[in-house]
Amino acid sequence: MNDAPKTAPAPAPDSAARRQFVLDAAKMACGIGFAAGGLALYAKQSKALPPDALRPPGALAETAFQSACIRCGLCVRDCPYKTLDLAKPESNVATGTPYFNARTVPCEMCEDIPCVKACPTGALEHSLTDIRKAKMGLAVIVDQETCLNYLGMRCDVCHRVCPLIDKAITLDPEHNTRTGKHTRFIPVVHSEHCTGCGKCEKACVLEEAAIKVLPFALAKGALGKHYRLGWKEKERSGESLVPADTPHQYNLPEGYRYELGGRGLVRDEPALSTLPPAPGTAKGAR
Amino acid sequence: MAALKRPGAEAIVAKGWFAAHKWLIVRRVSQAGVLALFLLGPLAGVWIVKGNLNFSYTLNVLPLTDPYVLLQSLAGGATPEGKALIGAAIVLVFYFLVGGRVYCSWVCPVNLVTDVAHWLRRRLGIGRTVRIPRKLRYYALAATLALAAATGTVAWELVNPVSMVHRGLIFGIGAAWAVVLAVFLFDLLFAERGWCGHVCPVGAFYSVVALKSPLRVTAARRADCNDCMDCYAVCPEMHVIKPALKGAARGVGPVILSPNCTNCGRCIDVCSKDVFRFGLRYDNRVTESAGRMPAGAVAACSDRA
Ligand code: SF4
Ligand code: SF4
Ligand code: SF4
Ligand code: SF4
Repeated sequence: MNDAPKTAPAPAPDSAARRQFVLDAAKMACGIGFAAGGLALYAKQSKALPPDALRPPGALAETAFQSACIRCGLCVRDCPYKTLDLAKPESNVATGTPYFNARTVPCEMCEDIPCVKACPTGALEHSLTDIRKAKMGLAVIVDQETCLNYLGMRCDVCHRVCPLIDKAITLDPEHNTRTGKHTRFIPVVHSEHCTGCGKCEKACVLEEAAIKVLPFALAKGALGKHYRLGWKEKERSGESLVPADTPHQYNLPEGYRYELGGRGLVRDEPALSTLPPAPGTAKGAR
Repeated sequence: MAALKRPGAEAIVAKGWFAAHKWLIVRRVSQAGVLALFLLGPLAGVWIVKGNLNFSYTLNVLPLTDPYVLLQSLAGGATPEGKALIGAAIVLVFYFLVGGRVYCSWVCPVNLVTDVAHWLRRRLGIGRTVRIPRKLRYYALAATLALAAATGTVAWELVNPVSMVHRGLIFGIGAAWAVVLAVFLFDLLFAERGWCGHVCPVGAFYSVVALKSPLRVTAARRADCNDCMDCYAVCPEMHVIKPALKGAARGVGPVILSPNCTNCGRCIDVCSKDVFRFGLRYDNRVTESAGRMPAGAVAACSDRA
């Protein structure tokens, strides 16, 4: 009979059995509590998406995404370019969730967005129907010291491969102060249009890309909410919001006066040789 | 309880090898078949089923969602959409009907691992076992849901061996093999039927689904039991058998009502007296009159009092 099943002691009316039962329950609760605590810490860490991992188009904000995505991999399956992958347990992306690495395989911005269509849960928002509205991340020139265009050459590769060329990324001409006679074409990314597809990062000709797609929150600065850009406000209302220049009366360097609405800061004649040069007029003063 | 006698030996003599392994074979075919369907896509390019056990899409019409994962997702604060919800409903109804833990013995890939561990354990005569209460899994189940709510993520899915193994086989195993190995060694060296029988919250969830499941194993001809104990030896949840098999004297019906029973049918195979069969939970009348009770059954019952 030594083979008989060992059943857990049921809460019998006698106190010894009851004590055993309570003890068992307490032990289990403790054990589980320990394990759960460990898992909670791990879960908290996994909530931070590493900066080189990007979510598929339409993905909810990272925290919402991690509760919504059920790790089925249908988005991975329906991506025709094999861009996406499900995170393996050893990777630092939350186990089983879809991600891609732009430098390995970028998103090709499919017109019909099959990955989003495949998602059964809405972790990839089905309201995203125009791939140009996707916000997987934001491209940033992370290194001006090595970007060939910054160095004054005409690489332009990131600009040329961008699916939203001249919108998401433009080449802004600028005087090359090193040579003194050339123009540098500075790649500038515009957050309003960049989808974070990563084609620029993939295409960057350097050993290590000088342009990288980063999570939006990492890549984007933000003005204080109370900031107003005067020239924008002027454009909007058709006139300056502040009254015309107030006269500068105070703290003018000796021998200077201010011409309101006219030439601005002007030096009284005749010039006194002991006067410091007027700000911004260094050459003229010498 | 070392492996002195191979359980089922009597049944092989009485019924022949095939009849003594019938349900085991069908079950293994089912486990392998489910896996093959999932693997056919990535390995052979034949896309009958896409996805994995968490959610799959069959022939682009049939969504199937693991309701337990979806529950965690809900607990984590997500609002899943139609396809996932419909899939969960289908799966819930199916497992309610056939017995929740049919998932465990007929589908789950980890069951293959723990079954091998158990087989090896008996072969090697490893008797030492850590005592873990079988209720632990319900605490684990509650903890995973609480954790999802507390962290706002499907936290259990970060470590769940079941989905990790299945996903690993289909999408690339990575380090998931270490998790399989851990479960295997746990069952082999530490606790008999440790993972599936005591710890796994997935199995606990499907036990809950099985609470009122109509399809059950019944010890319909329990009067014929000759106390060979082979059914206990093969049952992954051996505590479920006794109430039904030895309950006649106490007026307990022959149906195995415990939701822990995985409906694996192995007890049906190894019983040389054909005591067990699949049946419905409603067919649970006590037919034996006390006078016709075999002596062994009474003895077995009385030792519990
Ligand atoms: S938009 Fe196309 S290329 Fe990009 S992730 Fe989705 S399916 Fe893949
Ligand atoms: S299809 Fe949706 S739920 Fe499935 S892995 Fe992709 S994002 Fe997650
Ligand atoms: S990530 Fe690069 S290529 Fe893609 S839209 Fe943005 S700037 Fe263009
Ligand atoms: S108890 Fe868990 S691991 Fe074991 S067979 Fe069931 S679901 Fe799979």
